[in-house]
Amino acid sequence: MINDITLGQYFPGDSVIHRADPRMKLIIAFIMIGAVFAASSLISFAFLALVVVLLIFISKISPLVVLKGMKPVLFILFFTAFIQVFLTRTGTLIAEWWIFKIYSDGLMMAFKMMCRIALLVASTSLLLSYTTSPIALTDGIEGLLSPLKKLGLNTHDFAMMMSIAMRFIPTIIEETDKIMSAQKARGTDFSSGGLIKRAKAMIPIFVPLLASEIRRADELSCAMICRCYRGGEGRTKLKELKITSNDVILLLVCIGILALVITANILTTHFGLPI
Amino acid sequence: MDIIKIKDLSFSYKDGEDKLIPVLKNIDMSVKEGEFVAVLGHNGSGKSTLAKLINMILTEESGEFTGELSVCGKIITDDITEDEIYELRRHIGMVHQNPDNQIVATTVEEDVAFGPENLGIPREEIRKRVDEALEDVGMTEYMHHAPHRLSGGQKQRVAIAGIIAMQPEVIIFDESTAMLDPHGRREVMKTIKELNKLGKTILLITHYMDEAAEADRIIVLNDGEIYKEGTPQEIFSDAEALRRVRLDVPQVTELFTLLKEAGLPIQNIPTTTDGGAELLKNLFVQKGGR
Repeated sequence: MINDITLGQYFPGDSVIHRADPRMKLIIAFIMIGAVFAASSLISFAFLALVVVLLIFISKISPLVVLKGMKPVLFILFFTAFIQVFLTRTGTLIAEWWIFKIYSDGLMMAFKMMCRIALLVASTSLLLSYTTSPIALTDGIEGLLSPLKKLGLNTHDFAMMMSIAMRFIPTIIEETDKIMSAQKARGTDFSSGGLIKRAKAMIPIFVPLLASEIRRADELSCAMICRCYRGGEGRTKLKELKITSNDVILLLVCIGILALVITANILTTHFGLPI
Repeated sequence: MDIIKIKDLSFSYKDGEDKLIPVLKNIDMSVKEGEFVAVLGHNGSGKSTLAKLINMILTEESGEFTGELSVCGKIITDDITEDEIYELRRHIGMVHQNPDNQIVATTVEEDVAFGPENLGIPREEIRKRVDEALEDVGMTEYMHHAPHRLSGGQKQRVAIAGIIAMQPEVIIFDESTAMLDPHGRREVMKTIKELNKLGKTILLITHYMDEAAEADRIIVLNDGEIYKEGTPQEIFSDAEALRRVRLDVPQVTELFTLLKEAGLPIQNIPTTTDGGAELLKNLFVQKGGR
């Protein structure tokens, strides 16, 4: 029933973006976010849209997937656009009905806001969630946070917890499925009644699940101790993250994109170019 | 040389403040280097506790023990340091019962690498050990698979590979086949026998007679005491004594005991299925020759 849940939204592949170092991808994603927020003129939005199209092309992720990824943010997209349209009171009046007045500037700002959110979601998911496995992402976060070790923060423990959590998601789903079947066989009804009744029907699932997971955690920690685990100190790794020339090129391209967007801003605001 | 030596060892679990539950009583046993020893006993006989004591998972906090235990030539006393325990554990690997609860990483190869990574072994060496360990258990082709996609027997073989990669001298199997289907059990038993041939000392904790029959020597535990000790031949020749402690003889042994009683010319009752098949073949050849 709940057998095949894809972890995150990762699509395995072998593109330049897939192969890039996860730490670098995180940095690039932050720069892209900066570029999207810096963009103010239509031409910068058009340019960033082109970058996203290029990302789709390079990563070989289906454009449909990217469009589907927009679904959860549709509400925010239209809500902010709505606010922009009705609360902006500058520019020329276009339409008027009862207390609502629509101005040209409002429409423009609403459009830009929608572009901004859409580009934000598309670029970050293309750079991170679609093309980076959860485990690589954890490694990347650990790598980027590692300077915090000097401040006494245990980044290794955090990464280990994350990766164990990801390792056990399928196992726990399987177990939940088993417990649900067992409870159904004993006559538990999960699908009828009101919200409260249904919530109550979940108790016979959660209690055994929790008990079982605590036991599992105990056994796992025992197995880890047996394999000489004692935290991150003195530990080596089979797979070390490595920055390649490919990563550096990606970073430079991304900085170039940010620079272009900022240049476009300066041109429009200081020199009044109509773009 | 005795790689594990136990002298007059007793252990009691702490239950609450001052109540003690005795689990092991006056155990005397030893395991030689390269030997394959099975510890046989029904549920609650203390066999898993014995394994946990040897691997130093049970400490003073969990219970009280008296007697002497030495592993790899080192006598384990109360004032043993964390570092010494850590050092000893790399020489004694342990494969647990539940295959799911001992796989840590999200891919097979990374899980096998977990032990060597903890030991701080250089990367090239880890790579070599991982490849060799997976080769040893016949799981090389699953190197990049996610563990939850594997069968129980395969998962357990991955867990074994994870232990082999640490290159311990002794591997303890704590009921490692109990949760597997018959096919998975066969896979794991085959792997265990191959490891023993490669020179590893094996301590197999089990309640399956046919698995114990594969060992060089069997120690039968009952209610925390050593009930019997000997070769599979010796142990299984007295079915009555085994039944008294809620154990049985392997099916093949029972079959040939009945055949012998029925008048077939059998001298040594076989304890393994392979041995039985061999004997049966010889019997037919004799008949055919006549």
